[in-house]
Amino acid sequence: MDYINAENITFSYDEPEAAERHEVLRGVSLGIRKGEFVALLGHNGSGKSTIAKTFNAMLLPSGGKVYVDKMDTQDESVLYEIRRRVGLVLQNPDNQLVASVVEEDVAFGPENLGVPPEEIRRRVDEALKAVEMYDFRLNAPYKLSGGQKQRIAIAGIIAMQPDCIVLDEPTAMLDPRGRTEVLDTLHKLNKEKGITIVLITHYMDEAVQAGRVIVMDSGRILTEGTPEEVFSQVELLKKHHLDVPQATELAYRLKASGFDLPGCPLTIEECVAALEPLLKKATVGEAYGDH
Amino acid sequence: MIRDITLGQYIPGKSFIHRLAPRVKIILTFVYIVFIFVASNFEGLLTMSVLILGILLLSGVPLSQYFKSLKAILFVVIFTSVLNLFYGGGNVLWSWGFIQITSGGVANAVFVTIRIISLILFSSVLTFTTSPTELTDALERIMKPLKLLHVKVHEIAMMMTIALRFVPTLLEETDKIMSAQKARGADMESGGLMQRIRALIPILIPLFVSSFRRAYDLAMAMECRCYHGGEGRTKMKVLHATSLDAVAVVVSLVVCAAVVACNLYFPAVLH
Repeated sequence: MDYINAENITFSYDEPEAAERHEVLRGVSLGIRKGEFVALLGHNGSGKSTIAKTFNAMLLPSGGKVYVDKMDTQDESVLYEIRRRVGLVLQNPDNQLVASVVEEDVAFGPENLGVPPEEIRRRVDEALKAVEMYDFRLNAPYKLSGGQKQRIAIAGIIAMQPDCIVLDEPTAMLDPRGRTEVLDTLHKLNKEKGITIVLITHYMDEAVQAGRVIVMDSGRILTEGTPEEVFSQVELLKKHHLDVPQATELAYRLKASGFDLPGCPLTIEECVAALEPLLKKATVGEAYGDH
Repeated sequence: MIRDITLGQYIPGKSFIHRLAPRVKIILTFVYIVFIFVASNFEGLLTMSVLILGILLLSGVPLSQYFKSLKAILFVVIFTSVLNLFYGGGNVLWSWGFIQITSGGVANAVFVTIRIISLILFSSVLTFTTSPTELTDALERIMKPLKLLHVKVHEIAMMMTIALRFVPTLLEETDKIMSAQKARGADMESGGLMQRIRALIPILIPLFVSSFRRAYDLAMAMECRCYHGGEGRTKMKVLHATSLDAVAVVVSLVVCAAVVACNLYFPAVLH
């Protein structure tokens, strides 16, 4: 059994008796393995945020079950244990910081769990170092940049010593620099601390860096697999109005116009490597043509 | 511009006053304020003034900061002292028609002015040398006995913490909304009082809407971090009283005793 298991879950925000029920999730089954880095892609309204909230029992599915480390999210006696293990980071960094001093905000989670003071101190320092914000521990959050605030929010979750962090579009409100900061932090936590990461995003370049990509559309899983497996299905993604990374798009169009390109490049580097021989051949051909 | 407003006006430092336990500071400030009103003559008030002066110098906060906080209430000081000028008996110093100023009136005015200034200075020292979080934490501890009366002490303290945390955020937001409305042609600077108040509506409505959205997000974020009220909650920073606090308490007791002694030996100014 995987670390987080969703079994055929359905969800609707409408009342059960409502005449017209709009199902946000229509039977989703998926598993998140321990130590994985998963990207969850999809449009607004595809159900990706909703499914994230079922992972830490913020929402309970109308049908089906969600298990976290074999614990049923419907079981109220393990509610705080589940929320401790699966931390959720939201989109707007301003709205999830509670205290006026960085270190006191990071301490909020462990304080709620009733951890002894010396242990909280140790965890807060460790968490702030993990997100490289230790030097800012006495600052006021409102004076920090968006990327820094989001890293504080992540530190606040780490201080609860979770197994898994679910992030609901954490970079949507950040500038490019803040996005890189947050993404680098997540990869570091995944590699060094073995924390499972579920990243909900609509940025393709973020999804490319994940170990596994799950694409959602209208409350169902459209496709899943490694980034290569997913983004090589350019037609399927286009049909559902989803983007593919620019490098993949370029290669796809070149292939469609008859150029011979190997594989499916996902990043700019891979794309350059794939195009180089092609361009060299073309210039050589041109040179011969001149004479 | 609007962002310059700081609430609480905490000025970080490591002075004797900064290092006192917040709980002790709050209680002593309260006691001092009571004793400002207990002192009924100049001798007693002078004792309190010496205490304030000592505290101001010990706090390590630039004196200009204190002048700033006094400037804010300048109008109140002038208003009350002028009113007091016409009360009280004694020799008539000046009269015009039925208005007359007496020596008693002058004494009253000076007395009340010193009282108000002392009051402001004492509360300024508290807010200048204690961080907002320390203040709310200390208040939570002080109010703990009220739990027996089913007062939700923890919830009140948490609300204060959150309110203080969101003051700068909401100020920034107000600034943004004002700019956005001005860009759409909203006129906030001209017209009479009523017109100006009406011009605030297009700022307040978006501000309220976004505040509710923020509140919803924050509540969710707090629940995600296992918040479930004050039950079983611990604190990272445990507030300890130290020998410094003992010194402060002893000095305060001496001063308060002196004020009581002055009340007994010298006649009262106000009648």
